[in-house]
Amino acid sequence: MKRIIASLAVCAAASAITATSAFAADQITGAGATFPYPVYSKWAQSYNKETGVQLNYQAIGSGGGIKQIKANTVDFGASDKPLTPKELSKAGLMQFPTVMGGIVPILNVKGIKPGELVLDGKTIANIYLGKIKHWNNKEIQALNPGVKLPDSRISVVHRADGSGTTFNFTYYLADVSPAWKKDVGVDASVQWPVGTGGKGNQGVSNYVSQLKNSIGYVEYAYALQNKLTYARMKNKDGKVVSPAMENFQAAAAGADWKHAKGFYLILANQPGAKSWPMTAATFILLHKDVKDPKATKAVLKFFDWAYKNGDQAAAKLDYVPFPASVKTLIRDAWKKDLKADGHSVYMGS
Amino acid sequence: MTLVNNRTKAHDETAGEFQRPPRFLNGEAFNKTFKWLSIGAALFVLMILGGFFVSLTIGAWPALKQFGFGFIWSSDWNPVTEKFGALPAIAGTLITSGIAILLAVPLAFAIAVYITQLAPKWLRHPLGIAIELLAAIPSIIYGMWGLFFFAPMFADYVQGPIINLFENVPVLSTIFEGPAIGIGMATAGIVLAVMILPFIASVMRDVIDTVPKRLKESGFAIGATDWEVTKAIIIPHCRTGLAGSIFLGLGRALGETMAVTFIIGNANRITASIFAPGNTIASTIANEFQEAYTEIHSSSLIALGLLLFIITFIVLAIARMMLNRIST
Repeated sequence: MKRIIASLAVCAAASAITATSAFAADQITGAGATFPYPVYSKWAQSYNKETGVQLNYQAIGSGGGIKQIKANTVDFGASDKPLTPKELSKAGLMQFPTVMGGIVPILNVKGIKPGELVLDGKTIANIYLGKIKHWNNKEIQALNPGVKLPDSRISVVHRADGSGTTFNFTYYLADVSPAWKKDVGVDASVQWPVGTGGKGNQGVSNYVSQLKNSIGYVEYAYALQNKLTYARMKNKDGKVVSPAMENFQAAAAGADWKHAKGFYLILANQPGAKSWPMTAATFILLHKDVKDPKATKAVLKFFDWAYKNGDQAAAKLDYVPFPASVKTLIRDAWKKDLKADGHSVYMGS
Repeated sequence: MTLVNNRTKAHDETAGEFQRPPRFLNGEAFNKTFKWLSIGAALFVLMILGGFFVSLTIGAWPALKQFGFGFIWSSDWNPVTEKFGALPAIAGTLITSGIAILLAVPLAFAIAVYITQLAPKWLRHPLGIAIELLAAIPSIIYGMWGLFFFAPMFADYVQGPIINLFENVPVLSTIFEGPAIGIGMATAGIVLAVMILPFIASVMRDVIDTVPKRLKESGFAIGATDWEVTKAIIIPHCRTGLAGSIFLGLGRALGETMAVTFIIGNANRITASIFAPGNTIASTIANEFQEAYTEIHSSSLIALGLLLFIITFIVLAIARMMLNRIST
């Protein structure tokens, strides 16, 4: 009996210690988009080393991020699908962008090397509409004279979960293809006419690397990390561009964040000879009426740190960091929008 | 050894005088408490069951109100226009479970007959244990095995040849149509079959074991073969139990989530081809529940859950009815 009591006491003491240490070590919890997950986890790692603060980010998809922050179960939500100013004010949220990145078409066709195949928006739309069924279709062949394409069926892979990557992808397809706009539309999840659904950017990468003759779309970092075959694309100016940092940057250069209300801005199909057509920003969502100032302060501190020290890490993963002018706009918005009992939560860096 | 010792000891004690158990375990008061405790436990289960139904209905109400009965036979699942219908998920659930039962039942029956009738004595026990261990494998493991090992092999060695073989045959070309990607409803059905096989087989084994020895021996005595004894004695004698084991497997196949989500392809569409990707009720809920951020989307998912609840209920009710008819 004595031994049982002793061991119980030890257990209680141990749990008390872990409980207090969890409180002491300041945790930030966030959930949402899988698109920026590689760069957020990189930032979190360095931030933890410097400050001891831990970021617990769950990449559950943008739809999940929006849902979780609305339900107030996390300190911040993350989404690549920006909410419209109307949606924001209805939910009492504010949003700000963190980094930009590119969505790339990935494929798995025997004999085709990374960057060898060229696609344009209309062709991708027709593949995803089920109108183009075979790889050696005239439309694809016309874009790729000299490339030997097989006579095999295309396996289309899309996202199964609600996803900001899907939102930006379908936004672009609707922009270039009236048929897509009419039949499918734009959202974080849509009614796909054809294809197989993978969960998250990683799920789509897995399926494409496994299924022969497949095509999918993922954030560029996932294509790189999984060594997938990506395609080049013909942009709005009719120029063929590769998915690369400088081309994402070219697309982002024309963006007018200053006049974008609530930072609602979509970077798809931007003009410019070097612009990558499927460029997208990714966003963080916070409650305007701050209930837990300590938690929100910790979130702002983290992103403030990331804006100051995280550009290089982001660029290494081929995300495009924001220029200083946009970062100033974001910090101003923090000061203006985030209030606890009428006082600004953000006190400047 | 200890067991035997205890028994002889107990025997020795009772040999002298019958020992009454302590009074409080025997008293009238305890008997009453015991009775009410059992009634309470039984009612508690019923209450939980009712609670499930009520809370699912409340959660599903917005969707049911908006779509009415059309929810069941609409094949829309469109978050953009916020129109939701359950037909693709219901069809996927029934098709995959159907494939699973078709494949698993004959196999399970053969296994059970082999273990109980034909296998040499020394092999019966280890074989039985092996089957039971198969049932203990977590379903996520089946999912991973299905996705990484089975699906690619199935695509290369089964799907591809079948698609080519039936390319120009009417009807069959539609049933076996599409790119050979390895994941889809057929794959999900086959993996489900492997998953429910041990359940059905081990229940069937126990059921067949109940056939009285003298019945079987009389069969053999008049010169019946193994097959004739199986057909004329074993099957008629335990039809009830055999049907029960099949419905037990069906119940598991209907609700199986993780393994199916891995390999069914997650597409909310109805296609005539069993090689096409599809979705089951459980896999749709698993995929979308976390991300459904509009009320009508979550509510439609809960309505799907309610439907699964009802379908399983109907299956078990049919099973009961069938069992009752057989036994009378």
